[in-house]
Amino acid sequence: MSGANRIAGKGRLTPAKTARFTFDGKSYTALEGDTVASALIANGIHLVGRSFKYHRPRGILSAGAEEPNALIDVARDSARKQPNVRATVQEVFDGMIVKSQNRFPSLAFDIGGVNNLMSPFFAAGFYYKTFMWPKAAWKHLYEPMIRRAAGLGVAPTEDDPDHYAGRYAHCDVLVAGAGVAGLSAALAAAEAGASVIVVDEQADVGGALRYDSGVKIDGIDGYVWAQQAAAKLRAMDNVQVLTRTTAFGYYNHNFIALAERVTDHMAKPGRDLPRERLWQVRAKRVILANGAIERHMVFPNNDRPGIMLASAARMYLNQYGVAVGAKVGVYTAHDSAYEAAFDLKRAGVAIAAIVDCRPQPGAAVLAEARALGIEVLTGHAVIDTAGKLRVSSMSVVRNGGGSPRKIAIDALLVSAGWTPSVHLFSQSRGKVKFEPETERFLPGTYAQECLSVGACNGTDDLQQTIEESLAAGELMAQASGKQASGKISISAEQAFQWTGGMIGAAEGAGPETSAKAFIDFQHDVCAKDIRLAVREGMHSIEHIKRFTTNGMASDQGKLSNMHGLAIAAEMLGKDIPQVGLTTFRAPYTPVTYGTLIAHSRGPLFDPARKTPLHQWEEAQGAVFEAYRYRLDLR
Amino acid sequence: MLLIYCPYCQEERSELEFRGAGDAHIARPTDIASISDEAFEEYFFLRDNPKGLIFERWRHIHGCGRFFNAARDTISDKFIKTYKAGEPKPDIGAATIPHAPVETYEAVVVEDNREGDAK
Repeated sequence: MSGANRIAGKGRLTPAKTARFTFDGKSYTALEGDTVASALIANGIHLVGRSFKYHRPRGILSAGAEEPNALIDVARDSARKQPNVRATVQEVFDGMIVKSQNRFPSLAFDIGGVNNLMSPFFAAGFYYKTFMWPKAAWKHLYEPMIRRAAGLGVAPTEDDPDHYAGRYAHCDVLVAGAGVAGLSAALAAAEAGASVIVVDEQADVGGALRYDSGVKIDGIDGYVWAQQAAAKLRAMDNVQVLTRTTAFGYYNHNFIALAERVTDHMAKPGRDLPRERLWQVRAKRVILANGAIERHMVFPNNDRPGIMLASAARMYLNQYGVAVGAKVGVYTAHDSAYEAAFDLKRAGVAIAAIVDCRPQPGAAVLAEARALGIEVLTGHAVIDTAGKLRVSSMSVVRNGGGSPRKIAIDALLVSAGWTPSVHLFSQSRGKVKFEPETERFLPGTYAQECLSVGACNGTDDLQQTIEESLAAGELMAQASGKQASGKISISAEQAFQWTGGMIGAAEGAGPETSAKAFIDFQHDVCAKDIRLAVREGMHSIEHIKRFTTNGMASDQGKLSNMHGLAIAAEMLGKDIPQVGLTTFRAPYTPVTYGTLIAHSRGPLFDPARKTPLHQWEEAQGAVFEAYRYRLDLR
Repeated sequence: MLLIYCPYCQEERSELEFRGAGDAHIARPTDIASISDEAFEEYFFLRDNPKGLIFERWRHIHGCGRFFNAARDTISDKFIKTYKAGEPKPDIGAATIPHAPVETYEAVVVEDNREGDAK
């Protein structure tokens, strides 16, 4: 049995193929293809780490690269270990050693947790005001003390025995993202004869189709269609499909850097394989199909283990066959979370209630919820949660006040809507524009020869996404000098059209309260910290970001930026575009040093170049001295 | 990383092969000994550092080794044109630099077709 929360018949993993791993010394069984996160949830574990500043217990929040909480230490042996790995990305392999971080002596009992009680003294920017005097104390007392407390995870002390490699590539069209948009665009570009590279950061293609069970494309299940499309692409000579590969940097003249994780998912990688591979790709045209990232709701104590994004719960169910809880609550401002509740309910999981802060959710999802017998509380808000190491209940009130009703839960799914991933577009120096109706930043002015399609371009409708992507694929192939031969048409239907979404603080996390409503989980930034920053005179979002450290953690604010911006804008009494958005910079997700330096280390870091006469000179007893060619010599 | 078209080699090559060599079309005074300190300062030290179109010299140091001139947009780092040393400063209208917002993706391609020598 690979975990008590595994639901028979659900998910796409093979129950017979198991892998053993340890988490903080205890042994667990996972299935092949599990991420560490899905395997832990399958075994009933949500508590995976402690937060950076307050040492609050934290659980798995997402199911993708945006994860701020579930940072773990992964090791094969004493030399091959890596801290700060996202449990939602790392796949389990047999014999893997996983440890939690930032806790002492143990995850369940952490002395650092005293920081949480002393948090009134640790308001945003406290380090800028404290530790000022006496002057000598900085060097001998404060700095050593802060250095000990700072940093997440422990760096390995031994030399890295793995090797890393690099490749250079050229192509007509590079497609970043292999969800429905990326696959459609790649198919169209490839059919037109262009040489295509498709990359996706996940282990298999599909993107949102991996969790969205309500999608039918060309009459078949969306995920199956994605696998077939990828198989078709892989069979073509002019196409390369790279999975487990992150397009992390978009540089000048369509120069894209990719990091491919080659062996991190293997139990016994061959010695000839590099651990990771850096691809430096020059593409004539680029198609960005990066999708969108779900936001969490900002309400008091929204960070307890067991509270996670609705799409993540859906991913754990539909991809990994894992139920995130036995009695699940939902708190949402967007229709997409309803579908997560429907999937769980149909799989036999009890749904305590769907709490929707909107008075009028989408009519279709509301009707379906009634049909399934799920209690929906529209115009209500979750104003608090309880549970020490895992969420145990939520307090629900009607918007505007009233006496709270306590509902027992063991998991809470949240969704405040979707943020289009404009990271790579912004890195290409394109300018984003704000769409006020949907409160999101979308690609505006392009600076390079690229195109955004699908969710990252703000296209919500599935059929529209496909048509836009097919057109983009064909157009970019033509622009790179290839002639289209045949037209492709793909027809798709989705179960529900989603509406809704909100940014900023929800009910109960307003300016009147001092409760901790987290925006940035990794750096422990709450809604009140943003407000404090504004009160202390920070008016630019760049200053607010640095004062509060919002969005400065290793997740780069993938979940938190929009919430922080909305709260700052509200405090400043300005429109969101006037407050501005901080710049997105490479890398999109953390990249190891090994990948970047590849072979350039040890004797190859600065190889000694010898003349053809060297051996003869040596035989003659010549004395050599090192000569360094100065690269900056003009 | 930039791709630069060397007008001598007639090929697009990687930035690694090139070295920037400052502003182009800086005329050296014919009688440098007789000019005032201010005029020398103007000629020798003062540069515009514009946001947008800039003319600069580049050297294909790990290639043909020759100097040539380039017109580049400092915002997008896009090379509008490269041309041989000694050739006159080309007339590049402001229209070639797409600073006016390009709102739709179709427009990007239209913009692109207008430039003759970009690949």
